[in-house]
Amino acid sequence: MNTNRYAQRPARMPSSVTQPVIEVGESTRFEMFAAMHQMRHFASAVNKFFLQSLIRGSTHVSTGMEAIAAGFGAAMRPDDYTLATYRGHAHTLARGVDPKTALAELIGRDSGLLHGKGGSMHLTDVDRNMLGSFAIVGAHLPIACGVAWSAKLRGTDQVTVCFFGDGAANIGAFHEALNLAAVWKLPIIFVCENNLYMEYSPIDLVTSVEHPAADRAAAYGLARHVIDGNDADAVYEFANNALAFARSGQGPVLVEAVTYRHGGHSRADPGDYRPPQEVAAWTEYDPIKIYHQRLLSMGVSEQKLISIEREVADTIIAATAFAIDSEFPDESIAFTDLWADGTSDWKRVDND
Amino acid sequence: MTNTTNPPTSSEIELTYRNAVSYAIAQEMRRDSSVLLLGEDVANAGGVFKLTTGLLDEFGDQRVFDTPISEQGFLGAAMGAAMTGFKPIVEIMFSDFLAVCWDIVANQIAKTRYMTGGQVQVPLVIRSANGGGVGFGAQHSQSVENWAMMIPGLKVVAPSTPADVVGLLAAAIRDPDPVMFFEHKGLFATNGMVPTGIHVDTLGTARIVRQGTDCTIIALAAMVPVALSAAEQLASAGISAEVIDLRSLVPLDTKTIFDSVAKTARVFTVEENPRLCGWGAEVVSQIVENQFFALDAPPTRITTPHVPLSASKTLEAAQIPSPQVVFSLISRALNN
Repeated sequence: MNTNRYAQRPARMPSSVTQPVIEVGESTRFEMFAAMHQMRHFASAVNKFFLQSLIRGSTHVSTGMEAIAAGFGAAMRPDDYTLATYRGHAHTLARGVDPKTALAELIGRDSGLLHGKGGSMHLTDVDRNMLGSFAIVGAHLPIACGVAWSAKLRGTDQVTVCFFGDGAANIGAFHEALNLAAVWKLPIIFVCENNLYMEYSPIDLVTSVEHPAADRAAAYGLARHVIDGNDADAVYEFANNALAFARSGQGPVLVEAVTYRHGGHSRADPGDYRPPQEVAAWTEYDPIKIYHQRLLSMGVSEQKLISIEREVADTIIAATAFAIDSEFPDESIAFTDLWADGTSDWKRVDND
Repeated sequence: MTNTTNPPTSSEIELTYRNAVSYAIAQEMRRDSSVLLLGEDVANAGGVFKLTTGLLDEFGDQRVFDTPISEQGFLGAAMGAAMTGFKPIVEIMFSDFLAVCWDIVANQIAKTRYMTGGQVQVPLVIRSANGGGVGFGAQHSQSVENWAMMIPGLKVVAPSTPADVVGLLAAAIRDPDPVMFFEHKGLFATNGMVPTGIHVDTLGTARIVRQGTDCTIIALAAMVPVALSAAEQLASAGISAEVIDLRSLVPLDTKTIFDSVAKTARVFTVEENPRLCGWGAEVVSQIVENQFFALDAPPTRITTPHVPLSASKTLEAAQIPSPQVVFSLISRALNN
């Protein structure tokens, strides 16, 4: 199989660097800068774990896409809900989940978020309202509708934020969820992270419209929104407005954040089907790099930025050590938590 | 504990199987404000089979919801609501339609508690009109309880009487785990006595609906009256058949099955599903593993042949096990 087949296609370049026209508080800017670095260092740790064969199956990182999770994470309230995809490590961290328990989960340890039963594609932390990472493309959009519906029925003003990829915009569940959310006026934000590739295929080759999510908005009576997914300030500003809209009972929001996946689809994929100049341009238009430049241009010292990065890098180093030092779960864990009573019994033999 | 019928009561009412469904849902919705009902045409129309008549009037449009024809959409939404404090009852109009939302059933609802190490609970009930015998053709007549039975994480219930509809549906709604509740289309018009007052049964318990000594017939849902009718004919021929209504496939009441087989030494399953991988295959394998030396002869499975169901009356009748077929297969086996 020639995986370079698409590499001859015209490269799709990032839009020109936007200027910081948005008012964002300094502490929020530092928070997002730190969050993006935490996500990237986490992904580096994941890659190392994978190369050391500590991660089984595969794993999906979002290096290059951090601004979306960071921008929404900074704008969301602690009681808002997140549902994400199997490429959900960044979205999990964005809710304040401890990287120790997340990394431990990825290498199957008992101290992991899910005691090793979920793995890389299913990070969940109910205490942080991170309600799950879902590994069947599109499945969680309807589920997210239900979470938003629940908040509406309970009379809270919690908003549900549902992240998904461009590939999900072509599956039926996307369309069913959008329609249901619009008909029931649910407090939900659908965030399509368009990284230009569905797994190994350029999204434009398999999609009837240029913007797989945004161009479908009109079909559900929703406004069309396309934002720069590599600009944390732009994401943050949009997230704030969208959260306020959904919180005030005006119904769902659908947004497409255009971004780029620096690596391949999964650890099995070198991503060499992409034009080299495209990869180079997007690597240059890196959300952390452009945010670093922006903060410098605003007068923040290089030293300050380095110290922020060093601090989060240290937490990931500590988390890595914690994960590796953690024990594997006892085999008995494999037979718990199928049912609410904690067991997995399906026969009833003790009833005399 | 093989018979979980509530103590005999002087106050009973006669209900159709059809009306027992809305009766049970109303009983539970009155008790628990977190119980919701949603599905296609369940609210204003009262259900295409009139299984949910009157519920919108009593409970209002914040608890009873009509949905679009979007099984993935509204079943997924029910899951999301269940994850965050509600107990939704979802109607999938025909059980055949479970195929269009099977990802939500098998990959999401069934696995989430396990995959999250118990963090996320999904307490909901999926009700669906199941089974054949009424001429709907191959895509609206299937007995799909076996699809659900093979997925770890789903409880599977299929009642045969109005009293069991009420008692088991109430138990399903109260259960903290996801329950697949199969209502049989061929039984909707049947009548039965239902205890008044709050009636709640126990999931995972079979019932001996006819005592016998010569053989055990194990049946489910619409095959229970078929088995009982065959047992009547067998009695005329001098054969005493015990009939077990399984009522629940998961949990499976193997104790009641084994005790009966120990007594009769002969066992027959009567299954509406096509042959391969029907619930009877698992039941027989359990019997053979655990009670091989109690058996006088190989167990026999009586099923629909391994073909889709037909629409025509004569063809469908030739496919689904009838009392005559059950009678003749069992009497021939016992007389050999």
